[in-house]
Amino acid sequence: MNANELTIAAARDALRKGELTAVDLTMSCLTAIDAGDPLNAFVHKTPEIALEQARAADARLASGDAPAMCGIPLGIKDLFCTKGVASQAASNILKGFKPEYESTVTTKLFDAGAVMLGKLNMDEFAMGSSNETSCYGDVVNPWKVDERRLTPGGSSGGSASAVAADLCLGATGTDTGGSIRQPAAFTGIVGIKPTYGRVSRWGVVAFASSLDQAGPMTKSVRDAAIFLGAMSGHDPKDSTSAELAVPDFEAALTGDIRGKKIGIPREYRMDGMPDEIEALWAKGREMLKDAGAEIVDISLPHTKYALPAYYVIAPAEASSNLARYDGVRYGHRARLAQGDGITEMYEKTRAEGFGKEVQRRVMIGTYVLSAGFYDAYYNRARKVRALIKRDFELAFADGIDAILTPATPSSAFGLGEMASADPVQMYLNDVFTVTVNLAGLPGVSVPVGLDAKGLPLGLQLIGRPWEEGDLLNHAHVLEQAAGFVAKPSKWW
Amino acid sequence: MSIDIDTARKVAHLARIRVEEADLPALAGELSGILTFMEQLNEVDVDGIEPMTSVTPMRLKRRADVVTDGDIQGKVLANAPDAREGFFAVPKVVE
Repeated sequence: MNANELTIAAARDALRKGELTAVDLTMSCLTAIDAGDPLNAFVHKTPEIALEQARAADARLASGDAPAMCGIPLGIKDLFCTKGVASQAASNILKGFKPEYESTVTTKLFDAGAVMLGKLNMDEFAMGSSNETSCYGDVVNPWKVDERRLTPGGSSGGSASAVAADLCLGATGTDTGGSIRQPAAFTGIVGIKPTYGRVSRWGVVAFASSLDQAGPMTKSVRDAAIFLGAMSGHDPKDSTSAELAVPDFEAALTGDIRGKKIGIPREYRMDGMPDEIEALWAKGREMLKDAGAEIVDISLPHTKYALPAYYVIAPAEASSNLARYDGVRYGHRARLAQGDGITEMYEKTRAEGFGKEVQRRVMIGTYVLSAGFYDAYYNRARKVRALIKRDFELAFADGIDAILTPATPSSAFGLGEMASADPVQMYLNDVFTVTVNLAGLPGVSVPVGLDAKGLPLGLQLIGRPWEEGDLLNHAHVLEQAAGFVAKPSKWW
Repeated sequence: MSIDIDTARKVAHLARIRVEEADLPALAGELSGILTFMEQLNEVDVDGIEPMTSVTPMRLKRRADVVTDGDIQGKVLANAPDAREGFFAVPKVVE
């Protein structure tokens, strides 16, 4: 086994025992990253930074002062601002942008001794479910069962592909409507979106501020617990960051869920849902029941309206957030013609810099916020959002500890296969995950099995607000019962 | 609610995104499709429901109104496409 194939937990233990050095571990990942170029996951490699951080981590390990993430090589989604390193949200409009500051999440990770291997591909401004909207080109899923190249999902597709292919031990992701959980499910890894406010958004390029949360993407639930602990915590620079202590998430992994009540929401049984997804969901229920949990049928009646509400709210917020890309302070500015004024500069810059999907969402957001339509669309969507959140509150008030659902409506599909579909077809990928963002809850995707084609499928567990530890414990039980150990065979 | 070509042109301008005339019909069609999808929200009874303003029950925090950083003009301008004499430069705004 090569060192880059280790889990974070195994690497941590080996580093602390002196069986492995952070430099050797980092070198192993850097070699894998170069060999992994056909996946197009790493788009800005930072080997010098990685080796310098690894050497510092080794010194710290030697001194005995080593937090869990010390010496652990990670990939960082391109959405995070990293000082002096290209951070362009996979958009041409931020071409050449090198932040003068470091995001809070990466600051925390580096303070904990983690190593940055480079920046990871993603959908442009995190808008997409297949990683086909990136200015860097498509990311390829390491899972391959025929001649087709498959999507790793999106928007954190580079993160998912890199972790699944063992290019790094873990990666940061962000999740606005499912962008951690859907790609995790498509690549057979674990991804958790924490409670809104658990992880600072400062220095993360904003898409939809009331929905965005960063989280870890890892090879195991234990790794997710360790990694999440290092990312979390109050940040005075993010006014929506919660002033709550960060519990020891790893310590919550007791493996005991006896007597816990698991809700099965009937509204997640969609018309036309593939039998394999249905069967996987049933298998998950059995696993949790066998572990001593009680399975309870519940109703979340407004589920059906989550996607349309999301596709009002997220573009509305995006149209405001992306107004800052105007060709004045950073990034791309269009070449202007004689006599062009400031309006032409804005319009040409944004037409050249934003890709089609981003343009579409900015315009939809502009429309739903415009005079005369604000109440009909935006305010109505915010009311429906309140009802979606109330559905969950009522379920938890009835004593439900966690909710089990499918993570995605299918396994990974082929790159380009959705190209001729209308945009709404792509949006349906987020049907099971988007409710969780609207309600601000924590949700985790766990790999549970393979479909008939041999591609990974995941289940999602949704937890109570701020109870990521308990949620991860449920996920840990599911992971142990499923015993998912399959890995993609190396073709790249 | 469907979006016609004039509305598409207006939305593109409000969003400050140049769209060529030839591309407006396709854009109008796409935006209409997305809006049709959103029409489902009209089925929901939202009487007496307050629009959500904060997903977690918290008050936005306040801090003392003091300067917390500054004197970083070089850093602020470092990524500008056109910076001159300590300022962001843009095309002529006032005639």
